[in-house]
Amino acid sequence: MVSFDILVAVSLAYVAILFAVAFLAERATDGRRAQWLRSPLIYTLSLSVYCTAWTFYGAVGFAARSGLEFVTIYLGPTGVLIGWWLILRRLVRIGRAERITSIADLISSRFGKSAALGGIVTILAVVGTTPYIALQLQSVTLSLSVFAAADPAAAVQASPNSTALWVAVGLAVFTILFGTRTLDSNERHSGVVMAIAVEAVVKLVALLAVGAFVVWGLAGGVGNTLALIDTSPIAQWSVPNSRWIGLTFLSAAAFLCLPRMFHVLVVENSDERHLHTASWAFPLYLLLMSLFVVPIAVVGLDMMPEGANPDLFVLTLPMTQGQNGLAVLAFLGGFSSATSMVIVAAIALSTMVSNHLAAPVWLRSRGEGATVSGDLRNVVLMSRRIAIAVILGLGYLYYRLSGGGAALAAMGLISFAGVAQVLPAMVGGIFWRGATRIGAAAGLTVGFILWAYTMLLPSVGVGTILSAAVVDQGLFGLHWLRPRALFGIDGMDPVIHAVFWSLLFNTLAFVAGSILSTPTPLERMQASQFITAFDQGGAARSWRHGVAEAEDLLLMAQRILGPTDAQRLFRAHAADQGKTGYLPTPSPSFLEALERAMSGSVGSATAHAMIGQMVGGASVTVEDLMAVADETAQIMEYSNRLEAKSEELTNAADQLRDANMKLVQLSHQKDAFLSQISHELRTPMTSIRSFSEILQDGALAPKDRVKYATIISDETQRLTRLLDDLLDLSVLENGQVALDIETGSLAQVLDRATAAADFGGDLEIQRPRQADAILLTTDLERLAQVMINLISNTRKYCVADHPKLKIRARQAGGDTELDFIDNGEGVPAAHRQLIFEKFARISDEAKAGSAGLGLAICREIMTNLGGTIEYLPGQGGAAFRLRLPASQAMAAQ
Amino acid sequence: MRKHILLIEDEPNIVEAITFILLRDGWQVDAHSDGATAVSKVQSMAPDAVILDVMLPNKSGFDILRDLRAVPETRDLPIMMLTARGQTKDRERAEDLGVSAFMTKPFSNADVLANVRALVDRADG
Repeated sequence: MVSFDILVAVSLAYVAILFAVAFLAERATDGRRAQWLRSPLIYTLSLSVYCTAWTFYGAVGFAARSGLEFVTIYLGPTGVLIGWWLILRRLVRIGRAERITSIADLISSRFGKSAALGGIVTILAVVGTTPYIALQLQSVTLSLSVFAAADPAAAVQASPNSTALWVAVGLAVFTILFGTRTLDSNERHSGVVMAIAVEAVVKLVALLAVGAFVVWGLAGGVGNTLALIDTSPIAQWSVPNSRWIGLTFLSAAAFLCLPRMFHVLVVENSDERHLHTASWAFPLYLLLMSLFVVPIAVVGLDMMPEGANPDLFVLTLPMTQGQNGLAVLAFLGGFSSATSMVIVAAIALSTMVSNHLAAPVWLRSRGEGATVSGDLRNVVLMSRRIAIAVILGLGYLYYRLSGGGAALAAMGLISFAGVAQVLPAMVGGIFWRGATRIGAAAGLTVGFILWAYTMLLPSVGVGTILSAAVVDQGLFGLHWLRPRALFGIDGMDPVIHAVFWSLLFNTLAFVAGSILSTPTPLERMQASQFITAFDQGGAARSWRHGVAEAEDLLLMAQRILGPTDAQRLFRAHAADQGKTGYLPTPSPSFLEALERAMSGSVGSATAHAMIGQMVGGASVTVEDLMAVADETAQIMEYSNRLEAKSEELTNAADQLRDANMKLVQLSHQKDAFLSQISHELRTPMTSIRSFSEILQDGALAPKDRVKYATIISDETQRLTRLLDDLLDLSVLENGQVALDIETGSLAQVLDRATAAADFGGDLEIQRPRQADAILLTTDLERLAQVMINLISNTRKYCVADHPKLKIRARQAGGDTELDFIDNGEGVPAAHRQLIFEKFARISDEAKAGSAGLGLAICREIMTNLGGTIEYLPGQGGAAFRLRLPASQAMAAQ
Repeated sequence: MRKHILLIEDEPNIVEAITFILLRDGWQVDAHSDGATAVSKVQSMAPDAVILDVMLPNKSGFDILRDLRAVPETRDLPIMMLTARGQTKDRERAEDLGVSAFMTKPFSNADVLANVRALVDRADG
């Protein structure tokens, strides 16, 4: 017989060992020595917080009462893990990318960092977990009472309530000591996880040992055990399909949604690849845990006296057989199951409470616009410690209220159904872009209320909260509102009834709310972050209002992250920005990083609100986001304008350069032109002066005197012509010509030109008589001048023995074309472009008396008349084509 | 023996005027109007002095001057340039190339004669 005192001593020693394990593990992590602490094995074992005292003791009781139904509790998680890549991998990836600290944080973060949603989920989780914690207290108390009953000397025998209280206090102390020692930005607790892993091994070993003892020690081997099972009532139990499906689904949902499961699965996950190992290793663990459940139940029913609590067979079977060592081991296994669950649940819940209930309330109480001046770090830690105490207190209260009467399994299912209400919002949140905050809030609220009404409240006993009248007659006497038969549907399994209705209306409200409401921009941003978690790295939303002082931010961050971490973060960012010291410019990217770091400590919604308070004076509203969008658009527009301006400037600079080049060119041309003019003017003047002096000298033969006087006269005329041409050209080039538009026949113009150009010589002109009738509407005088220049050019430059000039005319498409072709040598190809330039006299024929302005003048006249003049190659001699447009008259006006 | 002047000029009236005044002053004068053949003309005729126009067909007076100064036989030959482009940079260019005298058109007949005399005298002296 084990004395009660020894048992207590063993328990305390066991707790002390756990302390040591947790402490050493944390030390090792700090030193970054033991990689195995973050191994997939430890991760898998930590998942065993799923197997609580309910599993350890309750599964046997479950099997004894309901046959194989207990298997559903293992099937759900197994399914989730086997399909890990579907939901779990996504959850873990999102959790790591967004630094999610709890399931409440996940929901809040996904739906636009809604503080309200975080609060709802937190409340739901606390309420949903309370029966579960009560369950653990009950199991420890029950198991203790088993030993106490066998030990008459035990002082606590008469008072299981005080036992439960002491257990609750002890667990609270342990959790506070290890769960809230530090405020880690990742919310990881390597020490606690290690202790849980050790407990996982202890409970597995204990259950396997009891099972082995039962099968080989009591039943006499596997064959006998199987025969015993066949004859037992368990084999006859048939479980309705609805319950199979419903319970499997419920346990799968709970596996994902239970705060403690979310904590070990997502928050404590240090490597996504660990999931891969856990996907087969944890189902294996569950299989081992369930291996001896049925044998223990069957043998217990067979050997234990009528009325013995099957929930305690694991403990009582070895005890009644005098196997005290085994009984103590079994007790430690159950104790481990209970404590690990309570510790992790309390840590997870306290994180949620402090981040989603305490911190927002505290922040709000600071008033808007006030900078964070208190020590929030202490506030967070203190609120967590208080939360842990309160949560365990609630568990104890529920234990007292429910009178410890409900069976373990029933209490576990109530919890499962409660936390499963988060499932629609969670799954919808990570898969459905259209899910909105309103929808999530509606679904959660509806589900919560229905769950509480149909399951939680009736569970604490009719008459405690719900009166017997409500249970029997329905709320307000409405028959269809009876909590155990909604809509008048009687005869459903109570659990399935509650789960079905609560989740159905939860999902409907969620979907309807999402469809009917419009997400805020922040929600849309978060939604795309979550849904596209596998597409991108996952940069969080941006801060654009960079008005916060870095100093203020550092003060705040130090309080939340602790001075060391905060300073490290700030210094790293300052260094990135090329600054020394601790004060980086509060750039959007830095604020984002700071928000991420802080959201690890206080949750993303709170971190967002805090930075929002410092940076923008308040949390980010739709208007803020719109302003941000506007601002961005403005900046982009401004930048576009700048770009356009810069392009304009570049163009202008190019044009200036071109213009400058042209000016330089023009300047050169002007110099050359002036030099040419000087030459052209001085040459006749030289002759005039020289011969004048000769005439002045006298003593000349009369013949010479006449000759020299004639030269003087000719050169004077040459000068005059040159000046006329220059003047003409200047007027034409400036476009100041007053055109005298009239209509006349081609014959008229040609007559005038040939007459004017004909100062003797032997040039033969061939005219197109058939074209004489062509009517021209233009400045006929100017056109004649062009022709005169062309004819006199031929006269001057045509070197043929019998110079001939052929004139052709034709009309094409309204245009009139006139060709002047001589029978000389023509213009060499290299010079054909030059001849229209001023003073471009190509020929060196001395008899060319012109200054080389003729063709330049022709070109200017034709341009003024709206036509062209060009050299026509391939005609034998020199050939020019004049082209006049049809509507010259119109164009000129 | 009369001194021989070669006039390289393409403007017929100017050739006539200068030839007239030089002949009257007692010089022997030959005229040549093409730039391209001017250098060989100078070399074959070996005049006592050359009057050289700048704007000549086919080869400019500056090029002719440069070529003449490049060979020993005509390196010291008195050469007077006449130009109708009275710009100072033309004068500088001509002086750089080693011209003996430089006159702008229109000129006074007396100046032409005075320059020619001075050049020939200096060459002789």
